[in-house]
Amino acid sequence: MELLAFGKTGWGDELFYATLMTIAVAVTAMLIGFLFALIFTPLKLSNNKFLNFIGNTYTTVIRGVPELLVIYLFFFGGSGAIMYVASIFGYFEYIEINAFITGSVAIGIISGAYSTEVFRGAIQSIDKGQFEAAKVLGVSKFVQFYKIIFPQMLRLAIPNLSNVWQITLKDTSLISVTGLVEIMRQSYIAAGSTRDPLLFYCFAAVLYLMLTFLSMKLINRLEVKYSRGF
Amino acid sequence: MDFDLMITSLPKLLSAAVITLKLLSASLIIGLFIGFLFAVLRLNKNPFISKFAYGYSYLFRGTPLLVQIFIIYYGLGQIEWLRSTFLWVILKEPYWCAIIAFALNTGAYTSEILRSAFQTIKPGIIEAGKSLGISSKIILYKIQIPVAIRQSLPAYGNEIILMMKGTSLASTVTLMDITGVAKHIVSTTYKPLEVFLLAGGIYLFMTFIIHNVIKYLEKKYSFQ
Repeated sequence: MELLAFGKTGWGDELFYATLMTIAVAVTAMLIGFLFALIFTPLKLSNNKFLNFIGNTYTTVIRGVPELLVIYLFFFGGSGAIMYVASIFGYFEYIEINAFITGSVAIGIISGAYSTEVFRGAIQSIDKGQFEAAKVLGVSKFVQFYKIIFPQMLRLAIPNLSNVWQITLKDTSLISVTGLVEIMRQSYIAAGSTRDPLLFYCFAAVLYLMLTFLSMKLINRLEVKYSRGF
Repeated sequence: MDFDLMITSLPKLLSAAVITLKLLSASLIIGLFIGFLFAVLRLNKNPFISKFAYGYSYLFRGTPLLVQIFIIYYGLGQIEWLRSTFLWVILKEPYWCAIIAFALNTGAYTSEILRSAFQTIKPGIIEAGKSLGISSKIILYKIQIPVAIRQSLPAYGNEIILMMKGTSLASTVTLMDITGVAKHIVSTTYKPLEVFLLAGGIYLFMTFIIHNVIKYLEKKYSFQ
């Protein structure tokens, strides 16, 4: 037990900061995912065949390829791709991207594919009359989306978004392969130096369980808040 | 783009796909048994047994698969008495450790899928069986189980695809599946884009096949 203590003798404080890192990556990735969903949901719902194709390709490819492979591609291929773009503009120095940014973007793109599907489903299940009523009242498209469709969509999407959040949170463990010190990486380091992998990996599992449990509680409260009046 | 490299690495990746498929099928078969067992335990009237089954699925669904593999592969080897039992023959092999972790993981998800399928069977179907004087054993085998299997097909198809993607984690415990081989090629050629895109293409193709097989089965066994 003293291995898990705070301070110099134990790994408690290291694991605490690692947990904060996991939360930071998960939240950043989730927000990046929302950004992607905001771009790709309209594409998936579009009547234009070409735009539709782009939207469908994004969700199909990302959801059909292992998360680990996407992370490897970003980690090993990311700096190469950026250096290639930079070389077009006449910059030939070595560019290294921060592991936090690579990881968050990679997980964010994955999370975005799931969020896109959730938003698409939520918008499609809104009553058609709502769109028509807004049209009849002469509400502009912009106001229609932000004041009428978006709030209703959010209510329908929250239960499924909580699933996306759980997937995203668990996917952050894969970033450990890039060397970013989050729960999994810190446990790996601690397990290696104390030769006690069983304790540290079990403790990592407990930390993840705590995170999923606490976030579920939080999301349930959000769900109640947005379901007012229904 | 280095197309020569892509052509030379394709056979290597395809032979690695055999390992991915072996891992997938072994863990799905064992996982199906585990899932069925825990779905039945979950529906048990004894609250202690159903809580136990719930705890199992909560534990495995609430933690990342990577942690589960590491606990089984690195963690269990640490227990002294386990090393002297026959279990050690299995647990010292990364291949079997990966399959055990995948099977336990997919078993937890499968138990949830089967449980909800059993719970959403329309009571009218079972009542109809009872009123026709069919014994409850036959109702279970000839009505409840087939209907539950049909209802859980779409969700189980998703689970198969998730598990196929999950097998890529076997590469973290030194196994040479598609991801493992791709990473090995990249570490010797420094051409990440070509190799990882090719590996991704193989995975995507497998997803496509699984998706269509499930769709075919859904259509074949639809209620209409």
